[in-house]
Amino acid sequence: MTATLFDKLWQEHEVMTLSERQSLLYVDRIFLHERTGSAALNGLLEHNRAVRRREHAFCTMDHIVDTLPGRGDDTLMPSGRDFIVATRGAAQETGIQLFDIPDPDQGIVHVISPELGIALPGLSLICPDSHTCTLGGLGALAWGVGSTEAEHALATSTLRVTRPKTMRVTFEGALPNSATAKDLILYTIRELSGAGGAGCAIEFAGPAIQALAVEARLTLCNMATELSAFTGLIAPDQKVFDYCNGRPYAPRGDVWDQANAHWHGLHSDEGARFDREHVLDIRALKPQLSWGTSPQHAIDWDGVVPHVIDAPDDATAVAWQRAQDYMGVSGGSQLSDYSVDAAFIGSCTNSRLSDLRLAAEYLARTGHRVANNVKALCVPGSGQVKRAAEAEGLDEIFRSAGFEWREPGCSMCFFAGGESFGDGVRVASTTNRNFEGRQGLGVRTHIASPLTVVASACAGHLVADISA
Amino acid sequence: MTPFKQHTGITAPLVRDNINTDTIIPSREMRSVSRSGLSEGLFAPWRYHDPNARTLNSAFVLNEAAFSGASILLTGANFGCGSSREHAVWALLESGFRVIIATSFATIFRNNALRNGLLTIELHPDRIEQLAEWVSSDPQAHTLGVDLEACTIRHDLQRDAETFSVDPSARDMLLQGLDEIGLTEQSLDDIAAFEKRDQARRPWVYLGTD
Ligand code: SF4
Repeated sequence: MTATLFDKLWQEHEVMTLSERQSLLYVDRIFLHERTGSAALNGLLEHNRAVRRREHAFCTMDHIVDTLPGRGDDTLMPSGRDFIVATRGAAQETGIQLFDIPDPDQGIVHVISPELGIALPGLSLICPDSHTCTLGGLGALAWGVGSTEAEHALATSTLRVTRPKTMRVTFEGALPNSATAKDLILYTIRELSGAGGAGCAIEFAGPAIQALAVEARLTLCNMATELSAFTGLIAPDQKVFDYCNGRPYAPRGDVWDQANAHWHGLHSDEGARFDREHVLDIRALKPQLSWGTSPQHAIDWDGVVPHVIDAPDDATAVAWQRAQDYMGVSGGSQLSDYSVDAAFIGSCTNSRLSDLRLAAEYLARTGHRVANNVKALCVPGSGQVKRAAEAEGLDEIFRSAGFEWREPGCSMCFFAGGESFGDGVRVASTTNRNFEGRQGLGVRTHIASPLTVVASACAGHLVADISA
Repeated sequence: MTPFKQHTGITAPLVRDNINTDTIIPSREMRSVSRSGLSEGLFAPWRYHDPNARTLNSAFVLNEAAFSGASILLTGANFGCGSSREHAVWALLESGFRVIIATSFATIFRNNALRNGLLTIELHPDRIEQLAEWVSSDPQAHTLGVDLEACTIRHDLQRDAETFSVDPSARDMLLQGLDEIGLTEQSLDDIAAFEKRDQARRPWVYLGTD
């Protein structure tokens, strides 16, 4: 019998079948954060339940904690402190490992879980956070859940899961030099639509995927949730095994060899059947930018914002009109017509060392500085990323070009009621969501790769760097 | 969990596609660690002209007097997409909603709804359009009656009740108000047996046991 990678992972974690479509799956790792994890831990404590396997559960502070230097438990969000204190208390009470604010390994949950070797190929991992699918980039079976489901996993080491359909997206051709994994996923969402992966576990495949570095694979899978997918997956290969080797929670010695041998079988068999297949030709892929309020509202950086009258149906026309009103862009214009007020490099999509290097390299190569009146921020995804970047002098490059250099966390990827850019402010952002109000009331978010964001910050208007 | 069997109520149409959880309950409205105190923030970006000052947008459907007391929501495709925050479901429930009828739902939202006794029903977009028109013509009188046992929606628009399909295990859970965790705890022996087999196969999974 041939099987897809997803079939293999499903089977490997199946404790029992519950019905034709539902199984009880074993959950190898649980990760929590102070925004939604506190609710899961509190629920558990209220119901007088214990964490069944404490050693498999972890927690970080990333969402609400400030990213300003010198930060502590107090945050710019008025009630932020309550979340931090409650999460710390619940982590202590339940005895799970917490990467607290001063911890050198603290950072954005989806950045630190691969960094520490907590996420590994083939492991099942859940977190009450929709971007948990990021870890599919290592070949882990990782998906986002709600707080009640997280509580279920904490109490029983399992989840009752309805089996998703399988889907493969195969990219044809090599990724052009000026395009990144972020452009690849934005293009995919634009082509398949924001609901294009609904109810599916998506495997990304093709030579361009094999050529991607591990961190770029994490970027790609990060946005599978923007296709409404159950998760995104990439078959792990030697690059991934090398990446994982020696990480604090990764196996060592004989057990490492055993794991490695096992992981070599984690790929879709030749001829395996997927419920759905898509093939996308990416030979001419250009840097992508979003113009609207859904990640599917993406275009080539030098393309044209669509006219509402060209919408395929009424519902789309209404959605485009709303999006254009909110964003202050009009059909027929080019995005380079719009000046930016701010630039944000960070988030679980693009805050890893390779992302920071890409942007810093642009600054070093061109000698450009951030344009006047543009507020620019660089927020490393974790303490490890920050220290590694500083060791290479990237912080100096960012600072001297006019960027703020922050402490690790989600920061202004989303607006929790604390810090924001301000009403009507236009931001070039490496984040994953451009929803109305996502980065704060009235904030206009254009999502793009770190290279496009840094180029826009320096130009003072939306633009891509295609010199590569 | 409170069981769900039947519910009849005023129905508010908010027929847009891709309504995300940041809109249902913005992060800034999730002010406390608890699961309550969320109803004021429900749809805050649309409900208020200025969410900080709480100035009501009278044009928003849930602010119209005719729809006051609405407990069923009619909406478009991919409802509840985006962030996994269960607060979206808690905010809807706290605001009195018991049923959401949409063209389709985002998976995490649907799972969260199920675990909290909020019924999600999928209907064809044409049916949703028709129902939206009908309930709008006299919101307080044109109520919908949802029966989960029979899987029907009753309304005066047609003589025979409309049927819908729902995942059988989800239906059982809702009808009986089952606590999933309690249910799974009955299988703890099977889970332990799985771990024993699995540990021989994948020892690297089991931290702190070598
Ligand atoms: S960086 Fe943004 S998208 Fe990622 S986990 Fe944090 S808030 Fe969510």
